[in-house]
Amino acid sequence: MEKELRLMKGNEAVAEAAIRAGADGYFGYPITPQSEIIEYLMEANPYETTGMVVLQAESEIAAINMVYGGAGCGKKVMTSSSSPGISLKQEGISYIAGAELPCLIVNVVRGGPGLGTIQPAQSDYFQAVKGGGHGDYHLIVLAPASVQEMADFVDLSFELAFKYRNPVMMLSDGAIGQMMEKVWLSPPKERSKTVPEWATTGKPPTRERNIITSLELDPDRQEIFNKKLVTKYNEIREKEVRFEEVQCEDAEYLLVAYGTSARVCQKSVELSREQGIKAGLLRPITLFPFPSKQINKLADKVKLILTVEMSAGQMVEDVMLSVNGEVPVYHYGRMGGMIPTPDEVVENLKERIIGG
Amino acid sequence: MAKVKGSIVVNIERCKGCGICVVSCPTGTIEMAEEVNSKGYNYAYPAHPDLCIGCANCAIVCPDGVITVYKTKI
Amino acid sequence: MKEITGLKEIIKPENLAYKKSDILTDEIMHYCPGCGHSTAHRILAEIIEEEGIQQDTIGVSPVGCSVFLYHYLDIDWQEAAHGRAPALATAIKRLLPDKIVFTYQGDGDLAAIGTAETIHACNRGENFLIIFINNGIYGMTGGQMAPTTLPGMKSSTSPYGRDVRTMGNPLKMADLVATLPGTYYVTRQSVHTPANVRKTKKAMRKVFQYQKLNRGTCFIEIVSNCPSGWKMTPVQANKWMEDNMFPFYPLGDLKTPVEQPVQQPKSE
Repeated sequence: MEKELRLMKGNEAVAEAAIRAGADGYFGYPITPQSEIIEYLMEANPYETTGMVVLQAESEIAAINMVYGGAGCGKKVMTSSSSPGISLKQEGISYIAGAELPCLIVNVVRGGPGLGTIQPAQSDYFQAVKGGGHGDYHLIVLAPASVQEMADFVDLSFELAFKYRNPVMMLSDGAIGQMMEKVWLSPPKERSKTVPEWATTGKPPTRERNIITSLELDPDRQEIFNKKLVTKYNEIREKEVRFEEVQCEDAEYLLVAYGTSARVCQKSVELSREQGIKAGLLRPITLFPFPSKQINKLADKVKLILTVEMSAGQMVEDVMLSVNGEVPVYHYGRMGGMIPTPDEVVENLKERIIGG
Repeated sequence: MAKVKGSIVVNIERCKGCGICVVSCPTGTIEMAEEVNSKGYNYAYPAHPDLCIGCANCAIVCPDGVITVYKTKI
Repeated sequence: MKEITGLKEIIKPENLAYKKSDILTDEIMHYCPGCGHSTAHRILAEIIEEEGIQQDTIGVSPVGCSVFLYHYLDIDWQEAAHGRAPALATAIKRLLPDKIVFTYQGDGDLAAIGTAETIHACNRGENFLIIFINNGIYGMTGGQMAPTTLPGMKSSTSPYGRDVRTMGNPLKMADLVATLPGTYYVTRQSVHTPANVRKTKKAMRKVFQYQKLNRGTCFIEIVSNCPSGWKMTPVQANKWMEDNMFPFYPLGDLKTPVEQPVQQPKSE
């Protein structure tokens, strides 16, 4: 079957891609700027065609717990929200990670903290990559930078989630969620009939009962489990790093940015080069696992790194850790829902080149 | 007229000595022992086995299911 | 296994009148002596065995004294976060509609932190069963006040007795959910005497059988005791429960199944 070309909003692309990825269930709650995801799904009514359950829960907390229940049955389930709603989900996310369940959580980030703005931001990086919920766990975090990636990453997220039995987050932002671009949609996949051997589907006589839990009162056993998770995350760090490089081969100055900031920086690289400044861009696609090795390699060649984020400076810390003092690392950011312009970034880069 | 006689088997190590079986027994068959089991609970036991009519009240009210009941017509 | 038996000549396989269900595992239940949880588990196990649904049943356990429910009944289980069991059960039942799904929750789980999940699952009429163990106190965490603690009742966070002026009145959850069109059968039972155990077992059988009808949420509240939290012996606790809890939470059916009329849209 052929891929289908459409003009869609980022949020809509996520929804359509979920249906085509053979998702079993979506449980969500409205919040700006991502309500189009559930609205699209409700209108598309995939229950009639693929049997995909779409349910508007009473809260983001209920929605993430519905995802937990569905994931425990071995089903491809997902939820979406924006910053304040993702905060509500943190307990559920920690439980999902602790019970080693697969699922997709989409965060279309808006300005914070608190009720904040409805405009785009990248100020949930810490929450997504460093924790958010309690305990030693990590989400696999994918950062789409286009409507195409909003669509493509849904199936990729489910694939990674089931491969590692871990929750996956797509960390998007209000601009990508709302923008309209051409997107090639994959042909629909059937919903899977495979039942993972750990899933709760009713205990037949042929196996022991399956228990989905994250509770362990014996610290010795809990530590063994925690070590198991550490091993898993190390494997993910080894095998699942994804990034894109723009004009890095001869770059003297490196920009590091993801999502909307990366789109801006792509233009900034062009503008810099026109002015004789050899800038390059590394765009992390996975924020966890972070492309530390690649940034470390590039640090050998460049004179400084400028991290551009729509935040007060979150990913910049991981960039600093990656270079370990080898080169100066700076941050340029807009906050509160403001988006930097390519010219601003170039000006800031020039300032750093001159003055540091 | 046939008479029903019962006999209970109490797993005294799993008994927690709650005493609910004693107040549920209609014939006074069960009593709490003076001795304790290895957990320190005074366990229940059929002190007057010939009074037992196998009604199973004790067993169905026992929280821990430590009583098994047999009955027969004499 | 150390046993004391009655008349030995009667103990023959053909004379077996009662033994505990095979659905119960061999693990010793950790509950305090005389706790209603254990009895409720036993009844649940018997029904699952007698109805032959071990292979089709998925339970959702709560946070509270019964958090380890999954060690005691040999079926597939999911452990929910505090209060969220109805959300898990919603997804499980919607994704596996042919399975029998139930939640088992205490008063903190269902009526404090989980009130929204409880009400909304019932409001949507999710086709699963909620088993609610109401003993008016938080057992696991050491005897604090619950949303169902009676006025004047002492607990570690109401040491002078529950004062409704500052702490509100107890919630009658069965009454609340019975008003919602989404619930199909709502009943209140107890497990402290043989007669009540038999009634509860009857109700429990009904609610498991009703699930195949897909007519909405079944809700069975079991008014129970907490000898440790109430600081009484089990027999005293049961008496106190009869004298104080039952007048406030009367036993019986609050909502019996009725043929629900089909909702017609208001206008085309």
